[in-house]
Amino acid sequence: MKWKKIKEHIIYSLLRLTGLFIVCALAVLLFYIISGGMGKMSWDFLSSFPKDGMMSGGIFPMIIGTLSLMTLTMLIALPIGTLSAIYLVEYAKPGRFTDAIRLAVHNLAGVPSIVYGLLGLGLFVVFLGLGLSLISAALTLAIMVLPIIIASSQEALRAVPQNIREGALALGSTKWETTRYHVLPYALPGMMTGSILALSRAAGETAPIIMTGAAFYITHLPSSIFDEFMALPYSIYTLATQSSNVEATRPTIFGAILVLLLIVLCMNLVAIIARNYYRKKYRW
Amino acid sequence: MSEDIEIETKNLNLWYGDKQALKNINMKIPEEKVTAVIGPSGCGKSTLIRCFNRMNDIIDCCRVKGTILIDGKDIYNKKMDVVELRKNVGMVFQKPNPFPKSIYENIAYAPRIHGLKNKKKLNKAVEKCLKQAFIWDEVKDRLGDSAKSLSGGQQQRLCIARALAVEPEILLMDEPCSALDPIATAKIEELIRYLSKEYTVVIVTHNMQQAARVSDYTAYMYIGELIEFGKTKQIFENPYEESTENYITGRFG
Amino acid sequence: MKHTMFSLKKFDYKKIRNIKDKTVRKILLGFGLTAVIFIILILAFLLMEGLPFFFNGDSIDFFTGDVWDPSSPNIPRYGILPMVLGTFLVTLGAIVIAVPIGVGCSIYLAEIAHPKIRETLKPVIEILAGIPSVVYGFFALVVLSAWIDDFFHSTTRLNALTGSIMLAVMMLPIIISLSEDAIRSVPREMKEASLALGLTKWDTIRGVVIPAALSGITAAIILGVARAIGETMTVLMATGNAPVISFDMLTSMRTMTATIAVEMGEVPFGSIHYHALFAVGIVLFVITFVINFIADKVMKRFREKY
Repeated sequence: MKWKKIKEHIIYSLLRLTGLFIVCALAVLLFYIISGGMGKMSWDFLSSFPKDGMMSGGIFPMIIGTLSLMTLTMLIALPIGTLSAIYLVEYAKPGRFTDAIRLAVHNLAGVPSIVYGLLGLGLFVVFLGLGLSLISAALTLAIMVLPIIIASSQEALRAVPQNIREGALALGSTKWETTRYHVLPYALPGMMTGSILALSRAAGETAPIIMTGAAFYITHLPSSIFDEFMALPYSIYTLATQSSNVEATRPTIFGAILVLLLIVLCMNLVAIIARNYYRKKYRW
Repeated sequence: MSEDIEIETKNLNLWYGDKQALKNINMKIPEEKVTAVIGPSGCGKSTLIRCFNRMNDIIDCCRVKGTILIDGKDIYNKKMDVVELRKNVGMVFQKPNPFPKSIYENIAYAPRIHGLKNKKKLNKAVEKCLKQAFIWDEVKDRLGDSAKSLSGGQQQRLCIARALAVEPEILLMDEPCSALDPIATAKIEELIRYLSKEYTVVIVTHNMQQAARVSDYTAYMYIGELIEFGKTKQIFENPYEESTENYITGRFG
Repeated sequence: MKHTMFSLKKFDYKKIRNIKDKTVRKILLGFGLTAVIFIILILAFLLMEGLPFFFNGDSIDFFTGDVWDPSSPNIPRYGILPMVLGTFLVTLGAIVIAVPIGVGCSIYLAEIAHPKIRETLKPVIEILAGIPSVVYGFFALVVLSAWIDDFFHSTTRLNALTGSIMLAVMMLPIIISLSEDAIRSVPREMKEASLALGLTKWDTIRGVVIPAALSGITAAIILGVARAIGETMTVLMATGNAPVISFDMLTSMRTMTATIAVEMGEVPFGSIHYHALFAVGIVLFVITFVINFIADKVMKRFREKY
């Protein structure tokens, strides 16, 4: 009996260690990035163009590139994703046809990001002739985040209780009126938080944009959606692996990483806070 | 009351967070008898019997004050081994909840973990428990089948057999028939009467007829308080308290 | 109508509403189909750009050759084996590290941790999941590789082990959150029944909770593996990218994803090399497709159980 208690004690301690491991992993990661990048943070760094082969100067065009890429991705993916989810939850009747759509969404979610890059290259850059451009990259990323947006929107729609729909239908509302006035208002916050999370994923994605329009160095900001652009994740990658002077570019990389992390984590934070807020507001 | 006392509570209070669910409960439950706990929903019946095997421990915000003596030992004492306590105090739940394993494994699971490794002895123990729970004849040819393949009533008797397999002295039953049809209920009631020869049974029930049919003693609770406790016959035929009478005659609850 | 209290303008209005309803339904159906269209497009373009390689290149050498050297001046060779092996070894290493930690942590979170600890750990896991892969890659390149070098005196500074460890950290959030869900969806009554039999908490976890949640945990692990196989930037920056056949975890290796990412930027459109990279994409797609399919089946079985 005593031996058993000791054994359990050991097991519990090991399980606790795994939790500690997670915390340490994050702490170490953040420590290196923050301590490496903090020194670089200044208004000048954020608002000026890179100089001397990116060994000095700022990261302004990368920030603008990433932000415009995200905006464009959102404009494309959000309507498609949410409307698609509305169809699946509110309109689709069970059967082979709907199963096929579900299967497609599911498989889309499992496709590696680099394969999306190949699709973007084949379809948008070459086949549709959009070239290496902001729009090619945004379309590619939009398809990539689509399954995430659809899945989280579906979840938000399903969380609205069935009796609300029945109540509205019983008053003589059409299906669309029911959806528009009695389901969407409650599901919208959930749909938005899911979409923000999906976009934060897109913001840090590198592999697909390597092939669809991100450039190593351009002297000007993209003037239209058909221009090539610089983006934070891509610059981090190229500077870290292909720079001629590793030591000199390192502070710039750390600075860029810190900014990218701030953008991504802020979006996550907004989504999580919004989710918790609305979870409390609508309790069924 | 001349019988030996199995469970005794002294000034038992219990809170869920800020809400007090049990208020100053004092009762003495006699040995090898069936005691029914009745009362309207939310009066604390289930909470009370879940104190007897400290099942409330797994609810985070739950606080208990007061003493519960089982066989004269304070079970909320710091030195009390909860695992030993629960071995001694078996429990059957509202909804039949067999493990998703075979019928045999459901019974053998606990004795094996408690150290009964001998295959022959284990087989015998399983058979004995199933027989005690009046289910042996129905399952003896398919002990390897999944417990989920049994009907609701059979599942509940299997759960009773499972509880018996650790050889407890006390059997707590939390509305064991509320999810069952009348025929299955009748079987369980018969089983409870039979078990009271060897075990102290405490049963929580919604169904007053059931309490009258199976129990020797009855406790009536109302909003966390024990209103009345006594011989079942007396409680049903001649209650001291007006509140008890109202409940029993069906004026509320 | 006797009971009409207000004069609801029934006639015209109703018609318009119905037309509107039907139109919306059709438009929504169109949007609902987008996922199917995109999956078909992915397949179509992979095949369109990848199949020419099999017609013009050496497809036997592709599957059996052990040399990947597209830029050789003599005979360019396109053997995928070194990359398949690289992907396999790096992923295997990540599994060995991430599964015990991930499953252990999910058990800890779901069953043992105090609610307050759980509330602090969950955001930590969410943040880990949100960090872009290029950041992990950079960390592996600059910090982790130095540690590994100091500790193991590795053959090459960037190696498969560095990639495995970094991938393991990236897999952890998926494995933890999905298996925690699985463990939590084991009905409470089941646990109570076991505890009421006088079994210890650990006996209950081991004997009841884990067996009941096993298929869900398995699905979580498989999904984590699928993610690891498809991961590009981290392995690209961490493993050193030498397409050689080796079983030494301390040497440089290259995965399928990294090959596409590194070389796609430098190939002329329409060359054999370009098509070969799409052919690698087809192989990658098929592998992840099969793995996701299995995970889906396992998960479905778990859901049906509860």
